[in-house]
Amino acid sequence: MAQQGRYRILMAKAGLDGHDRGVKVVSRALRDAGMEVIYTGLHQTPEQVVRAAIDEDVDAVGLSLLSGAHMTIFPRILDLLRQEGGGDILLFGGGTIPEDDVLTLKQMGVAELFTPGASTVDIVDWVRAHVGRPTEASAGR
Amino acid sequence: MATETPAGELVDRLLAGNRRAAGQVISRIEDESPDVESIMRGIFPHTGNAYVVGITGPPGAGKSTVVDELIRVIRASGKRIGVVAVDPNSPFSGGAILGDRIRMMRHSSDTGVFIRSMGARGHLGGLALAARNTILVLDAMGFEVVLVETVGVGQSELEIAGTADTVALVVAPGMGDGVQAIKAGIMEIADIFVVNKADHPQANKTVADIRDLLRMEIAPRAWTPPIVKTVAIRNEGLEDLWIRTRQHRQYLERSGELENRRKLRLEAEILEIADRRLREQVLEPSTETEEFQQLLDRVVHRETDPYAVADRIVPRPGLGGV
Ligand SMILES: Nc1nc2c(ncn2[C@@H]2O[C@H](COP(=O)(O)OP(=O)(O)OP(=O)(O)O)[C@@H](O)[C@H]2O)c(=O)[nH]1
Ligand SMILES: [Mg+2]
Repeated sequence: MAQQGRYRILMAKAGLDGHDRGVKVVSRALRDAGMEVIYTGLHQTPEQVVRAAIDEDVDAVGLSLLSGAHMTIFPRILDLLRQEGGGDILLFGGGTIPEDDVLTLKQMGVAELFTPGASTVDIVDWVRAHVGRPTEASAGR
Repeated sequence: MATETPAGELVDRLLAGNRRAAGQVISRIEDESPDVESIMRGIFPHTGNAYVVGITGPPGAGKSTVVDELIRVIRASGKRIGVVAVDPNSPFSGGAILGDRIRMMRHSSDTGVFIRSMGARGHLGGLALAARNTILVLDAMGFEVVLVETVGVGQSELEIAGTADTVALVVAPGMGDGVQAIKAGIMEIADIFVVNKADHPQANKTVADIRDLLRMEIAPRAWTPPIVKTVAIRNEGLEDLWIRTRQHRQYLERSGELENRRKLRLEAEILEIADRRLREQVLEPSTETEEFQQLLDRVVHRETDPYAVADRIVPRPGLGGV
């Protein structure tokens, strides 16, 4: 039995606030969709998120952020991922982010940003469509 | 999709200390990719230096919190630490939330620590094999101590704990049946008992229960397992646990038991590899012939018996060699 498309996703919550309900709900939805989720908990710094992403060799990092520091934290994570050789790891996120900033962040390389209205179904579908490794068969040798 | 980096290149990079390469190699191990064998052969000469400590016990006993605290204690001595956190708990969807790491996140800013979470899913060759190879990767990377967290329940968890040099069994008081939560089989492989959550009023009772259990054991032990009380959430007792672990290591080294155990494990590993090859290259193909299928039909009709057919695949001792 060859590996099915294998998904390994790091879910993290940055910032000072203690609200992790959203990130937990998304984590559970991804798990129920058959993915392996590494949940790292609250108050993560970009350095911690990236170190975990590299060691755990995830396909994507999902970052939840409510505190308004998105214009520094997302770019910092992108930078660090590239420095560590993980430029191919997708970064997506969620939070209350103004539309202009969404555009800027996407230009910088954030793969997708979900606003609070997005449903878990939307997020799971997006991850399925954009993340994941080639199966043994399609990877060739 | 990115093209796959050749195995040899990944091995060279991880041996040079590159974490990205190490992470990717572990993924290939987990995916049971066809190049795992060549990867492991590249790594093997660089292994054998790490001291492997298994942290096992029932769900929720505080294993991850103990690991987090042990990292703190061991890092104070400057040693680099690898952690493999095995979480076999996956629902039917095949997905999993691997949460052990949450308790260890403060060490994520320390380059002397490498933490890898591992789920149970899709490990055809066994979770134990994937965990063992991951330990070897961390060993080859130069991590001097490797801590392996497993829930002490199933057979594969027992197997994983069995690959450690020292096994610490973590239990907590007031967990239902208390010490009954210690499954048969795990008790015997414990070198150190840890009664965590010693802030609980029942802690001394649990210690006494373990003492009783140890007294009732029939097989004699050359090493008497100490019982260490810890309050991992309050940083209490972890220094003591590390001292006991080092004492156990000294005991193993002085008695020659360390070399002995490691040798036996390598022997078992060679047999396992040979066994797998025998199955894949000899046994399974032999059932695919027409002759075999005809013999099988004859067995079904009781015209011959399974032993006689097996003789044709592997001759019975005394019937002449293969
Ligand atoms: N009172 C008390 N609680 C503790 C202690 N150590 C850990 N805990 C708590 O026990 C709970 C479980 O701790 P973990 O470290 O996740 O336990 P675990 O054995 O790794 O759990 P699993 O990996 O899910 O099997 C957490 O809420 C901890 O905060 C302790 O010494 N005293
Ligand atoms: Mg745990």
